[in-house]
Amino acid sequence: MTVSKGNHFEEEFRKIKENLEELCRDIKALAVLLIDKAGQLITTAGNTSFLDIPSFATLSAADFAATSNLADLIGEYDFTTLFHQGKEKSIYVSLISDQVILAVIFTKETTLGLVRIKVRKVSKKLEGFFDKIFADIEGEYVGMIDDDFIGEAESELDSLFE
Amino acid sequence: MSLINYSSKEINCKIVYYGPGLGGKTTNIKYVYSKVNPESRGKLMSLDTELDRTLFFDFLPVNLGKVRGFTLHFHLYTVPGQVYYNASRKLILKGTDGLIFVADSQIERFEDNIESLENLKENLAEYGVKLGDIPLTMQYNKRDLPNIVSIEELEEVLNPRRVFFSEGVAIQGIGVFEPLKEVSKKALRRLK
Repeated sequence: MTVSKGNHFEEEFRKIKENLEELCRDIKALAVLLIDKAGQLITTAGNTSFLDIPSFATLSAADFAATSNLADLIGEYDFTTLFHQGKEKSIYVSLISDQVILAVIFTKETTLGLVRIKVRKVSKKLEGFFDKIFADIEGEYVGMIDDDFIGEAESELDSLFE
Repeated sequence: MSLINYSSKEINCKIVYYGPGLGGKTTNIKYVYSKVNPESRGKLMSLDTELDRTLFFDFLPVNLGKVRGFTLHFHLYTVPGQVYYNASRKLILKGTDGLIFVADSQIERFEDNIESLENLKENLAEYGVKLGDIPLTMQYNKRDLPNIVSIEELEEVLNPRRVFFSEGVAIQGIGVFEPLKEVSKKALRRLK
């Protein structure tokens, strides 16, 4: 379950988003996406209007999970980056703080080398933010979710799955 | 622990259909897709083999809309049921918030149900999770067929905790929404 915890993390989140937008501009990427390892989208930067985001997030996480297992089969702990090269668009995927997947979609106007360098740089910064967030989450209580909230959500469920 | 969507006030809930091969997991998710308002659902994605058997997973995002400022998303997954796709199954289980076990009621598939349930426990154990820790509902599918095991016997063997179950004919949509609704509610209640 992924749950927003409101203001507490907003400052970190704002910094993460700023860094992603900067990365997107620097390497002229089409879009940058942050996804958790269970396949849930965290945030995006750039233009994602052409993209089916839930499917992209799910497949990226599955892709990463599958290749982690491939790594395991050859005695590696993890492949920390993946690269899928297309004729017009390519995808570069890397792992941050062992928990979060950063996917960059770019065109042939950008070189893989530049993407690699810039992603490595921004990953280090993001790791700092995420490590802080993960540390803060420990023991955090989601106070916003009460009986009334659950009741309302349940009636939404009833009407959706009629 | 899954990661949190900090800024956009979102709750994402991952529900996984588990069970033996050809038990009707994909049929369930396809029925949900066909019945949910198109505005509330995304694309149904299937990663199949050429013979229409699930290779990796099926995936359907469903949006519940906003509840007091929070946007609720339910992501429905199926796992491939065939025994040799265990690596895929294990991957899909990661970060699961709720499980629907789709059992095949046919007498000749009885053992397969037990084997699949054991496999589920083993795979969860690798993530350090017990079956009892995760919201679970059961669907005893294919109740329209003639050669089926009685509900009492299925309950006795597959459902010792006596969690919610439905009698399903997934292909006709019978007993599809009930276990989904129940497990989704259980998953929501765990938020507290």
